[in-house]
Amino acid sequence: MKKFRIAALPFAVYAGIFIVAPIILIFMYSFQGAGGEFTLENFTRFFNFSDPTYLKVLWRSIYLAAISTVICLLLGYPMAYILSKLPNRIRGILSFLFVLPMWMNFLLRTYAWMTLLERTGIINTFLSNLGLPTWDIMYTQGAVILGNVYNFLPFMILPIYNVLIKIDKSVLEASADLGGNGSVTFRKVIFPLSIPGVISGISMTFMPAVTTFVISKLLGGGQNALIGDLIENQFKVTGDWGFGSAMSVILMVLILAAMQIMQRYEDENDGSGGVLL
Amino acid sequence: MKDNLIRLENISMSYGEKQVLKSINLDVRDKEFITFLGPSGCGKTTTLRIIGGFEHQTSGNVYFDGQLINDVPPHKRQLNTVFQKYALFTHLNVYDNIAFGLRISKTPEHEIKERVQKMLSMVNLSGYEKRAVTSLSGGEQQRIAIARALVNHPRVLLLDEPLGALDLKLRKEMQTELKAIQQALGITFIFVTHDQEEALTMSDTVVVMKGGKIQQIGTPIGIYNEPVNAFVADFIGESNIIDGIMNEDYVCTFGGKTFDCTDCGFAKNEPVDVVIRPEDFRMVMPREEIICGIVENIVFKGVHYEMHVKSGEITYLVHSTIPEVVGTFVGLEVEPFDIHIMKKSQPEEN
Repeated sequence: MKKFRIAALPFAVYAGIFIVAPIILIFMYSFQGAGGEFTLENFTRFFNFSDPTYLKVLWRSIYLAAISTVICLLLGYPMAYILSKLPNRIRGILSFLFVLPMWMNFLLRTYAWMTLLERTGIINTFLSNLGLPTWDIMYTQGAVILGNVYNFLPFMILPIYNVLIKIDKSVLEASADLGGNGSVTFRKVIFPLSIPGVISGISMTFMPAVTTFVISKLLGGGQNALIGDLIENQFKVTGDWGFGSAMSVILMVLILAAMQIMQRYEDENDGSGGVLL
Repeated sequence: MKDNLIRLENISMSYGEKQVLKSINLDVRDKEFITFLGPSGCGKTTTLRIIGGFEHQTSGNVYFDGQLINDVPPHKRQLNTVFQKYALFTHLNVYDNIAFGLRISKTPEHEIKERVQKMLSMVNLSGYEKRAVTSLSGGEQQRIAIARALVNHPRVLLLDEPLGALDLKLRKEMQTELKAIQQALGITFIFVTHDQEEALTMSDTVVVMKGGKIQQIGTPIGIYNEPVNAFVADFIGESNIIDGIMNEDYVCTFGGKTFDCTDCGFAKNEPVDVVIRPEDFRMVMPREEIICGIVENIVFKGVHYEMHVKSGEITYLVHSTIPEVVGTFVGLEVEPFDIHIMKKSQPEEN
């Protein structure tokens, strides 16, 4: 046992310096006014119902992240399912292709979308050359959703795929043996058994989507700022660290609460799946 | 045969280059307990899975109740399966597992309740309805798997090595229980095992398989007493298999001695396998006409002692209730009808 304790020391030090201390600092900043005095003003400013500017941004972040997550699920589940049914060799190549974009820099990928979507971008040039109406999607919520889906889809596919390939084939045979045709087996056996993967996929796409600021900034333009942009602004533009920290705390609490709810749902179901948090 | 329920006709099966079943022909009678017995890789599970519809034979026909069912998918076949590793639905509790098939067939909920409870009491697990299947022991999961299959009133129950994962005592209990259930319900059980004792204990008919071929079909007593070849003799219980020569009808020679026997129809001086069960030897005073040798070792086996008696180049396995001191020179007597003469098995063609 002692040996293990020593081996864990580097991580404990790392966690202390880079995880615990920053969180404590953020909490402290969030309760400080401009002069360093204790105040709740940062929070009351955010939850100002007579001027809901900030609440609107929060709502927009949750709303866009939720839509992105739903689209990821609708696209990702069938992809994961088809992938899990393929012969091993093809499966390896395809899952490699799904992961491949993740090796490229996140910013680069998002910039690439800008050149595709711009009014004079590749897609619109192509459309106008064909004499078709152009598609003015840049700097809209649609573009933000598109960016979210593109960037976070692999995080939906992989956990679902991992659960699906672990389902024992004999369980599916048992369902067929008891009279279940393909669709019954899917509804009554495969889907319920894959729920842990779905939940883990939802958390892995929703969380980065709700906190992102790069995608909304590059593809959404100024008018579609999300909570992530707002926080970024407090630190980099206005220098109001207190307000920025308060918003970070609010977001953290929201995510924690969402995780708890999903975790509880999963525990009720089984708990044998692979939630990554 | 009019009470034939399942007929396999020239079933062959290959996975790529590898042929796992070679022209299997078999009739399964209604209401019988039939066991496919053989070492691993003999094709017994594949045969069962072809009957269940989970695998499709490369060639040949499967008939069920006179109907050709080659292309009938598993969910439309009138049989149910108990899988090797139970294959219970871990996201459902005991009740919902057993009710699974009945719900698919749109059985009214009150009837489902009645039938599930009847099944649970049959497998001695009344009161387990709300339990999670993952919380059950191996033996309990096994019973749930049996109940889940039988609740649908199948005409045939397929069992794929269902007792393999249980400990010896539990296995014995389940053997008796399964046999009792089969007789009480009066349906056909097709059972797959590599355990010869299990096969002999439970079955009406035993099908001994090896290398994708049926070696022998018969009653437990039939295949034990009259094995058709050295493989069956050796696989069903322990045997001494000795090289011998059939001098003429009813006379054979092995171990340098000549004996009367009850077999005939071999060529003059044909080399044969002589098979003698270890319990068929009687230890007597040595004398000229019988096999004589030295007791090399002795092991107490509970009911009997197991001894190895070395006579010249051959070592005989002998079971006897009377122990003999190691190093004693003894005679081995055997009755003519306990000497089984078998054609030399051909070298394996693969």
